[in-house]
Amino acid sequence: MADVNLKDIKPTITVDARGTYCPGPLMELIKEMRQQPVGSIIELISGDAGSAKDVPEWLSKVHQEFMGVIEETGYWRIFSKKVKEM
Amino acid sequence: MLFGLKHHDELVRDERNLLDPMVELHLHPAVKIDKDKNEVHLKNGVVIKYDIVVIATGSRPAPEMIPGLREGGHWFYEVDACLKLRHELMTFKGGKIVLAIGLPHKCPVAPLEVTYMLDDWFKQRGIRDKVEYTYTYPIGRLHGLEPVAHFAAKTFPKHGILTETLFNMKEVDANKRTITSLEGVTLKYDILLTIPPHKGAQVIEDSGLGQNGFIPTDKFTLKMEGTTNVYVVGDTTNLPISKAGSTAHFESDIIVENIASELREGLTPFRYDGKVFCFIETGLSKATYIMFDYNTPPNPVAPSALIHWFKLTYNKVYWLTPMGVL
Repeated sequence: MADVNLKDIKPTITVDARGTYCPGPLMELIKEMRQQPVGSIIELISGDAGSAKDVPEWLSKVHQEFMGVIEETGYWRIFSKKVKEM
Repeated sequence: MLFGLKHHDELVRDERNLLDPMVELHLHPAVKIDKDKNEVHLKNGVVIKYDIVVIATGSRPAPEMIPGLREGGHWFYEVDACLKLRHELMTFKGGKIVLAIGLPHKCPVAPLEVTYMLDDWFKQRGIRDKVEYTYTYPIGRLHGLEPVAHFAAKTFPKHGILTETLFNMKEVDANKRTITSLEGVTLKYDILLTIPPHKGAQVIEDSGLGQNGFIPTDKFTLKMEGTTNVYVVGDTTNLPISKAGSTAHFESDIIVENIASELREGLTPFRYDGKVFCFIETGLSKATYIMFDYNTPPNPVAPSALIHWFKLTYNKVYWLTPMGVL
């Protein structure tokens, strides 16, 4: 999905994990992915460059949808969608 | 307590005796918090009106969120569960132990601590060579904090601890003694040691204050989002930071200062900087610690007996905190 579309997305929930080291951005996404209902769009804001790689890998393993990432100055906005129960 | 080194009675105090005599204490659960009417409703029917409220309803393990976990798993976060696990460990002669972790959970360093401590404990009992210990973790490294993950990756092989990363509990089969992850891995166990996912208090959900019992909170002011007189402290916030005693401790400093300042001068100038401090036991006789905030990542120091003894000392000194002395 192109960045231009991502910017129009209205997420169900936004988790701003910038400046948080413990438990960390991916852990926050896993928590929300389990708690939100199917169909939810989760925006994860991370200051950790590794998240842009870790998040799609995990989503692929658990068969949830990676919608895309927008790189801003010093942080990343990562969009995913819960497509099935977990 | 898990290793039989402490008794429950040593770890509790009477709340009334800890509090300043000027504090009016109601030991009844809150069943509704009405932020529009500024009221807290207690289970015994009493309604308390407030000008400012601080919500500290905490979180609790919710093993019911994972099918089969209550029947097949152990945890040490509640007294009865801890005693049940202690009994299992005391009669354990060897076999497979699997540690699995749910999200969110209190005390993010607990999985590491219990692993190092059990390793020492099995050595002391002379059965370490008969124990296969597998540490699992939800993400692709051994801890949420990268420096702590490096520390674990360096030390686990020396202790013969097996690892399985990207492992999120999906279900437990208590009859077959297996646990399966969302990622499709199944592990067999003799003792399943878990940190169940946690939920916040029911009163938070019932009052419409936050999903799963966690309240949307401003990370700096610690006020509930959209409110001016509702503070949230500790595990009850939805902030993506450690659910840990020290988090609540440092947050409390800010909330207390702001309430006092507001009452005196109508100002709330203090801001929480995300400060957290955690001891990490690296066995039964050594420990390290981490300290971090929103702008400073943690960096564990070399473990030492001195830090371990400092932690044990702090366990005693802790009671000065709820008394408002420290």
